[in-house]
Amino acid sequence: MMHHLPILQVIVPLLAAPLIALLRGREIAWLATFIVTGVTFVISLLLYYQVSESGARLVYDLGGWAAPLGIVYVIDAASALVLPIVTGIGFVVTLAARHLVTAEIDQRDHALFFTAWLLTIAGMLGQVTTGDAFNIFVFLEISSLSAYALVAMGAGRDRRALPAAFNYLILGTVGATFYVIGLGLLYMLTGTLNLDDLAVRLADIEQTRAAYMAMAFIALGLFLKMALFPLHFWLVPAYSFAPSAVAALMAATATKVSVYVLVRLMFGVFGIGFVGISEGLGTVLLTLGIIGAFVGTLAAIIETDLKKLFAQSSIAQLGYMAIGIGIMTPAGLAAAFIHLFNHALMKGALFLAIGVIGAQTGRATMRTIEGAGRQIPMTMTAILFGGLALIGVPLTAGFISKLYLIRALLESDFWVLAGLTFVSSALALAYVWKIVEAAWLKPRPEGAPDLYETPMMWLPAWLLVIATIGFGIFASPLINGAVQAAAVFFGGQS
Amino acid sequence: MQDDPVIRVIAKVLIPTMMLFALYVQFHGDYGPGGGFQAGVIFAAAFILNATVFGLNRGRHVWPARLNLLGVALGVLIFGGTGVATMVLGENFLSYNALSDDPIAGQHLGILLVEFGVGLTVAAVMVALFFAFAGRVSHVRLLNKTRAHEKTLAEKAKGAAND
Repeated sequence: MMHHLPILQVIVPLLAAPLIALLRGREIAWLATFIVTGVTFVISLLLYYQVSESGARLVYDLGGWAAPLGIVYVIDAASALVLPIVTGIGFVVTLAARHLVTAEIDQRDHALFFTAWLLTIAGMLGQVTTGDAFNIFVFLEISSLSAYALVAMGAGRDRRALPAAFNYLILGTVGATFYVIGLGLLYMLTGTLNLDDLAVRLADIEQTRAAYMAMAFIALGLFLKMALFPLHFWLVPAYSFAPSAVAALMAATATKVSVYVLVRLMFGVFGIGFVGISEGLGTVLLTLGIIGAFVGTLAAIIETDLKKLFAQSSIAQLGYMAIGIGIMTPAGLAAAFIHLFNHALMKGALFLAIGVIGAQTGRATMRTIEGAGRQIPMTMTAILFGGLALIGVPLTAGFISKLYLIRALLESDFWVLAGLTFVSSALALAYVWKIVEAAWLKPRPEGAPDLYETPMMWLPAWLLVIATIGFGIFASPLINGAVQAAAVFFGGQS
Repeated sequence: MQDDPVIRVIAKVLIPTMMLFALYVQFHGDYGPGGGFQAGVIFAAAFILNATVFGLNRGRHVWPARLNLLGVALGVLIFGGTGVATMVLGENFLSYNALSDDPIAGQHLGILLVEFGVGLTVAAVMVALFFAFAGRVSHVRLLNKTRAHEKTLAEKAKGAAND
């Protein structure tokens, strides 16, 4: 049974989705989804345990056909690190979805909502698990198509969800198309789609223009998917008009998986020795990353809608991940993995807490949270802790992220970039302070509707807040995991 | 279009032929070009032709709306179920060898089941897409609160127009 775990990780949510579509019941749909996400979380933890215990990679042959011919699923230190974050966030957000979905989605649509929900999780897990480049594309589309549908379901509250979902659909499809064009070129050059086989054969062939084009197309497609500045314009409307539960799930996981796929393709397939990587990608990622960090942070400072504010801050955080990858050293990549993990926790907590307010007032803006600190203290405190982690205050996970990122930058003598990263992180204080000021220092305006909270509403956000603080204090398991994950891409070859 | 005898007669001849051809493409996929995807599309095209020639109501009559979801979900479940069955029988996911004592027979059976699942899902998706566009029913369900809000907005607009 244990050796089936890599495939079970993907097919459990994938096959549960059509079953839930057939169930049609309201409560049972949520309960089934909750159980399924719980099972996937356990599977991912078992996989992490297996990989970190043995240090070996797990390979699973689909249909019994071995590697270059058949499709294989591969779990190594890098995918074993990303899987628990996707499934863990999926589990906690599903817990919160119970009240968020009841508040925001028509009862008759619940079964279909949770079907799309599980499909998008299954798609993300598939992208991380598979060792086949075309399989990544298929899972990319599975997760994206169901994500478009989930965003569009926000239309029940706000019709602007429809254009947001449509923009996301068009740009997401452009990104996926670029990816598949690049893949087509690679297949033409090498005649294989298996990631390991691609890496071996690409090292043998001459570095031709076709290979550069393939790299450029794949990188560009994935930049779009991970919302790297300046390809991030789909993200803010998509996150802010999506139902709250969907915003929390996507903000915490969707772009992270694309970051992982980018690392897997660029370092795992092309390799650090490939000229396009060593001379092009690093500079591009560092430049776009630091601009994105500033643009996102500044846009967040002037934003008054909380969902949009934190969506803008996601652009900045993705910029930091891009910087980590762009340093092109094991330490930089490890910093990117650490931040990927920590940012998922913080953003999940923030969007879940905002969902509590959004479910009651329609939209959570600076005006609706005025004086809310006294009415819904637990929810607002969760937002405060999430915000502090975004800044990188010590004892939160965000501090560990920034510490390792800046340390990796200094090791490679990027003094200016390290300074700029520090400044842009500090700037995040401005938007977090704005929220503190509105929620605690201003009185509740007269006539404003009373907000309420129950433990079931704030508990999911707090689970993630506790994880954020936990990984801020006891960071060593995560750091070890991230260093091992980075070593997969630097130790294995060259 | 149902008033035109030429179209009616040709459609009546074509529809069963298309379905038969779809089945041929489906099951001949083992040996030659074809398979579930193509067969599903051809099969769905027969229903779409029926609905375009004889009208949406008769089209819905032969393909009730509840078949959409059922077909889509069942097809995926047949595909995945085949894989799970091979796992239960002790082999890897989708190792058709496990389905029979004779590996070749197992491979045949496995690909047949999987392609049937693909065909079912593709056909159901195609027909569902057609009816979704042809029916022009809004599938966006507004929440009661939003509905009430839109109603008051409409009344306000009406009041403004009367003034």
